[in-house]
Formats: sequence, C-alpha cells, structure tokens
Amino acid sequence: MLGIKDPWVAAPYILCILSALLCVVWGILKWNKGDNEEPEEEIRQWAEEEDRVEDEL
Amino acid sequence: MSIWMILTVILYLGAVGYLGFRGYRTTHTATDYMLGGRKTHPYVMAMSYGATFISTSAIVGFGGAAGVFGMGLLWLTFFNIFVGIFLAFCLFGAPTRRMGLRLDAHTFPELLGRRFQSRFIQGAAALVIFLFLPLYASAVLTGAAKYIASQFAIDYNAALFMFAAIIAVYVVMGGLKGVMATDALQGTIMFFGMAILLVMTYNKLGGVTEAHQRLTDLAAAVPAKLQAGGHQGWTSMPKFGAPLWWVLVSTIILGVGIGVLAQPQLAVRYMTVKSNKELNRAIPIGGVFIMLMTGVAFIVGALSNVYFHETTGNVAIAAAKGDVEAIIPMFLQGTMPGWFSILFMLTLMSAAMSTLSSQFHVMGTSLGRDLVEESLGRKKKGGGVVATRVGVLAGIMIAVALSYIMEIKFGKTGTAIVARGTAIFFGLCACAFLPMYVGALWSRSITKAGAIAGMLTGLFTSLFWMTFVLEKSSTALLLCEKWFGTRSLAISLVDGKEVFASTGPFIWAFVDPLIIGLPLSILVTVLVSLFTKKYAAQHLDRCLTK
Repeated sequence: MLGIKDPWVAAPYILCILSALLCVVWGILKWNKGDNEEPEEEIRQWAEEEDRVEDEL
Repeated sequence: MSIWMILTVILYLGAVGYLGFRGYRTTHTATDYMLGGRKTHPYVMAMSYGATFISTSAIVGFGGAAGVFGMGLLWLTFFNIFVGIFLAFCLFGAPTRRMGLRLDAHTFPELLGRRFQSRFIQGAAALVIFLFLPLYASAVLTGAAKYIASQFAIDYNAALFMFAAIIAVYVVMGGLKGVMATDALQGTIMFFGMAILLVMTYNKLGGVTEAHQRLTDLAAAVPAKLQAGGHQGWTSMPKFGAPLWWVLVSTIILGVGIGVLAQPQLAVRYMTVKSNKELNRAIPIGGVFIMLMTGVAFIVGALSNVYFHETTGNVAIAAAKGDVEAIIPMFLQGTMPGWFSILFMLTLMSAAMSTLSSQFHVMGTSLGRDLVEESLGRKKKGGGVVATRVGVLAGIMIAVALSYIMEIKFGKTGTAIVARGTAIFFGLCACAFLPMYVGALWSRSITKAGAIAGMLTGLFTSLFWMTFVLEKSSTALLLCEKWFGTRSLAISLVDGKEVFASTGPFIWAFVDPLIIGLPLSILVTVLVSLFTKKYAAQHLDRCLTK
C-alpha cells in the first residue's frame, strides 16, 4: 500500500493520519464544550485563597 | 554564513526577547510565574505542549534513527499523536486541571503531594525531577550547542554558554508566561519548517507512492550488520524478536510513546488553562503539530536512504559514516535550497529552546517551590517566585555544567551518557510517576503507602535496569563493567564472545526498563493499597468528583 511493502509499516502511516484527523474532528465537535465547568463559587474561593497566600508571603 | 542568516537570527531572538519581556511584565503572583495565571490561550497551550515535547533530538536524532531503522518508527508518531495528545488531553487533561485547581497545586509534584496528602511524595518527586531532568536537558543543550557551533563556525563552549544564557534570561524573568509565549512562536516556526520539508522531500523523490516504492526497492542494500540484527528493509519492520526489533519496539516506541504521559513539564500544562474548553480546542492543534514533527522527521529520515544511495552508492548510515545524527543535516545540505537551511536552522533552534525553557522552568519549580518551600517548610516573604527563580538558575547551571564537564572529563563516555539522557528521564518518569498519577486521577482505593511504595519500586527498578541490564545505558554508565566485569548482567562472555541472555522472545539486554519497571510499580501500588489505610471520603470527593 502506498509503495510500502510491510502492512505493519503501512498501518502506522495510515494510523498517524487517521489519529490526527480524529484530533481535528474531536476538536471541532467539542469546540464550545467544557466551558465554566467549575461553579463560580469554587473559582471565587480559589482566587480568594490565592490572594490570601500571596498576602501572607 | 550569509547576512540573511544573521539578520534572521537577530529578528528571531528579538521576538523571543519581546515575548519573554511581556511575560515578565504580566507576572505578579506565584500562579502567574508557575502556571501562567491559569488563563492560557488554547493555541499557546497546545503549541507549548507540542514544542516542549519535541526537541532537536526528536527531529535530528530520531529522524536519523529512522534513516537506520526505517519507517517502522512511525509507530512512535502514532503513539505520540494518539497517546501523547489525544488520550493525554481527553483522559488526563480535564481531571488534572480540575484537581490542580481544587488543591491549589502549582506544580506536578505538588499535585501528587496534595492528592496523597504527603510532603514526602512532593519532595521525592521533586528530587527525582531535579536530579535527573538536568541529564535530559543537557542532552538537548549539547545537541543544540553542537549544531549552532557548526552553523556559525564558533567554539562549542561559546555556543553552549551563549545559548543557555539567552534561555536563562527569559525563563528566569518571564516565568511560565514567557516560556509558553515563546514556545508558541517557536512551535509555529517548527510547524512551517517541517511542513515545507515534507512537501519538498516527496516532490524531489517523485511523489508519495513513488518515493516509498523506491525505498522499498532498496531492501537488498541493507548492510550485512543490520541484516544480522533483524533488519528487513526500510519499509518493513525488523524480524520479530530480533535485537533491532526490541530496540525499536521497547525502547523507542513504547519507552517514549508511553513515557510522555507522566512527564512533569507536560502534565503541568493542563493546569495552565481556564476550562476544559481550552483543552478540547488544543487537541486538534496538538495532533496536527505532532504529526508534522516526528511524522515528517521519520519519513524524511527513512527516505534519505534513496537520495544517499543514488548519489553516493551508500545507504544513509554508511554515507554519514556511522553518525546517526548527521543523516538529516547531510540530507538537507544535499537536497534543499539555501533559503531552507535558514528556516531549518530556526526550526532546530526553536525545537531546542522550547524544550529547554520548559525543562529549566520545571527544575526551578521543583527546587524552589516543592523542595525548599513545601517539603522543607521554608516559606519566606515573596518566596514563591524568588525561590523558583533561584531554582531555575540552579537548574540551568547544573545542565550547562553537565554539558561542559561530561565531554571534557569523560570524553566519549560522557557524550554517550548525555545522549541517553532523554530515554533515561522518560523511563524514570513513567515507572515512578505513571501508576501514582493514574491512581491520583481516577482511583479512590490507592493509599498513601501504596503510592509511595509504587513510586519507589518504579524508580529503583528502572534505575537498576538502566545501570546494570539495558546494554545501551549500562555500557555508557560503566558501573556494571567496573563492578561485575561485564557491560550488562544479561551478557556473558563465552570463549571471548558475548552471549545475550534470553527467555522466549525476550533478549533481556535490549528490553527497556519501562517493560520491567512499570508493571512492577503498578503491582506494588495496587497490592500495598489493598492492605493500608484509605483516604477519608471527604478528601476523595474534593479531589475526584466532577
């Protein structure tokens, strides 16, 4: 296939392209998903703790 | 060296300097310095992850290895994309980011330490990083300094010190913001450099299928020594179970392909973004980027045999006089136009700088944050950033000293040890950290004792295997020869001839530490966890619930 003799070498050649395509398709499908998963409260608490630690330091 | 080359380098260094300065200007807190403020753009994050992952040795060293082993190395590219990007981001990314935020972890050792409520884990992980990462860094640094010295016709030591000093400035000042912004620029340069290389190589050799066919037809020209090791041509895998098969599959493909999951300088990247949306957006950028890096290097490295055979009558490794790392530069010199050599020089400089900057940054956070501040409890006013900056400087000095001293003091042995640096660090991280890291993200049953026992088992097993069994590293490290009179415990001398110990298809001297250390480490982690005290449900809920 594609001038490559051994199917065990042709396989990764094709798989590289397919897995890169998988990454692209996944990215497009999930482009706007996963936003603001943390409750605002949690982020606010984290920011407060961060400020407090910085002040202490 | 042309005026264009000098101008391009000045422009490039100016851009890097500007991005480093911008990082410095916007760095105010420890979170800024260590995690880029947790608000990094997905493009910057993906390119930074990819460019850190891909060093000069991945392009020149592994590309040259493809000139020897052939296109079977593409299994590593597949692993790099599927495991190193897709699985890593989809499976490891979100829980790492979430847990890092909830536990307010700033570094990879801190994440593990807080998850397992153990200062020992944080300190030990940081110590492993601080002791062994300099070896990996010096492998990259040495390669880059040699390349720069040859390109600019300057002394190796001058190239080494200047190159390290430039990186030192923007890492120390700009923190992770500076590192990631420069990584993104460097990744973009690498992207175009490698894409153009692929197109031009296929074009030169008559197209995709034609080029592969010509390489397939070369099978009869495989040198006798390689044939004896199991080589069957550059478009075929080596014979199953032969020495070359073991080196290709266990050390190169599995060692690096799986080892990437537990690399601290990469895992910390997940914690730099604001939400899972950025992780999802980074996946396509990272996947295509990695395909163009190692994929192109391996295809071009293998195809260089066609060019060398037609122009010199020798295959690549013979034309390069046995120097694997000379294959890619020689191929480029012979086939590519002058302007491309400038672009490729920038590509290689970028590859080295992006990997080194992240290595230095992680060494710094390990020493400053994890060891001095957290494990030893020495917190001082404003210490977070200052201690880490001092740590970065210390890390850089150790890596430079290793690159400088190893060659002077130990000659070829020193160079061989440094050259093993990448594989040693990848193997150690996988065996010591991967079971614990996986357990930290998904298991409620892994205990503190289990995590510690597994980490120490993985660490010491892989160290033992590298020092005394795996012939490539045990020969370089010399200890086995000194203590036992043989370069590997799995090689014995019978009538003055070396005999390799084997069991079934396993030729032990060629089996990578990962194949031994990782299963053992998993087993010990699980077994010890079965019989030791579990964590309180409240802590586990905080770490693990979505």
